[in-house]
Amino acid sequence: MSVKKALFEPLINNNPIALQILGICSALAVTTKLEAVFVMSFAVTLVTAFSSLGVSVIRNYIPSSIRIIVQMTIIASLVIVVDQILKAYVFEVSKSMSVYVGLIITNCIVMGRAEGYAMKNGPLMSFVDGIGNGLGYSIVLIFVGVFRELLGSGKLMGFSILPLTSEGGWYTPNGLALLSPSAFFLIGFFIWGIRTWKKDQVEAN
Amino acid sequence: MKKDSVLKTFLVAAALCVFCSILVSTSAVMLKPLQEANRKNDIKKNLLMACKLLDDPNISSEQLEKIYSERVTAKVVNIETGEYDSRDAESFDAVKAAKAPATSIQIPSSKDIARIKRRGKFVKIFLVDHPTSGKLIVLPAHGKGLWSTLWGFLAIGEDLKTIRGFGFYQHGETPGLGGEVDNLAWKKSWEGKQALDDALNPIVKVIKGRAKSDSTTEIDGLSGATLTSKGVSNLIHYWLGEHGFGAYLANLKRTGL
Repeated sequence: MSVKKALFEPLINNNPIALQILGICSALAVTTKLEAVFVMSFAVTLVTAFSSLGVSVIRNYIPSSIRIIVQMTIIASLVIVVDQILKAYVFEVSKSMSVYVGLIITNCIVMGRAEGYAMKNGPLMSFVDGIGNGLGYSIVLIFVGVFRELLGSGKLMGFSILPLTSEGGWYTPNGLALLSPSAFFLIGFFIWGIRTWKKDQVEAN
Repeated sequence: MKKDSVLKTFLVAAALCVFCSILVSTSAVMLKPLQEANRKNDIKKNLLMACKLLDDPNISSEQLEKIYSERVTAKVVNIETGEYDSRDAESFDAVKAAKAPATSIQIPSSKDIARIKRRGKFVKIFLVDHPTSGKLIVLPAHGKGLWSTLWGFLAIGEDLKTIRGFGFYQHGETPGLGGEVDNLAWKKSWEGKQALDDALNPIVKVIKGRAKSDSTTEIDGLSGATLTSKGVSNLIHYWLGEHGFGAYLANLKRTGL
């Protein structure tokens, strides 16, 4: 597989959320505001890329009896580092995301790529695969985030787009968009869209 | 050496742990000063927001410092006597003092409705000079919610009754349920409510369900967060009560601000 393919394949053709159905939980939790979406996407991409790199570098030395724990240790350490960085440089956002940064440790995408790809491939390819999957995750998050923030609070990145009735405008915000279930609908629409376009992703009945 | 031998397994595990712990501790130590500064700024910001001196949290730290130094005077209060203490308030770390055995007392469990176990003998409060609402007294309050300790500020007007503002700056409650203590509309619903009666007994409370619209002491409960709501109610009662700022408030009532 070429570097280009490893990078771009996970965006649409092998999207971690839409096709691999991994990492749904955080896609529900942090997508009410676009700002948090970008920070989360950045954090997950970074963690996936570097954990895959780390696992791949030592893949030939990892005893198979403790391989999952080794992967978890690498992932958890990286998540703590990322959490520390966020707390130092984007304090407000990291505060509003509370526990979800820490929960990247349990994000199935990171673990899935480490176990499923990085254990069998070289460091460079694993790193690129991590970036690609992080970006694939980001695309879905941004898609969901745009709709949820726009419909739920009439804003994008905190700027008013649809003036709210409570502030003298005409738009009555859709409360459902702020609740987690709305992300299920949006991800559903996203998957529907992709599978209408890419027929080969449709599972045989 | 075989890849999966016991010795090898231990060696790999040990080496990895050492490497990862170096990585984690380096980042934690290097970024600590920045994080500390952020946390201090954040507390100041929340203090100003609790007394309506600040709407937009996105201001520079210089502007923040300016408003703070113009409007806010920090004072250290001796909880037992209710008198001001002469020590320098800006450098006094009330949170640290509340933990150290020498500077704190154990709260008898029958009195410990906020469930915080220890309380500092000295606590830092803030006197705020507000351009429209006059003088405000901002009291820190903390106590247990469902999962975490909630840390916040309660701003009371000069009449020592009316709540002028309220907000938490740190907690770990469930986002969307107990985390709704940060909801702007809910925080706003505290304003104008009566915190204390004439005899300085705490009367404001968070009830289950909706508060009556003409009530001056009831606050809507947070739906899906009964225990957090109860915790908030209790911590306010503790800190306004005789074991908290009771003596201080009585002093203020006698002598004026």
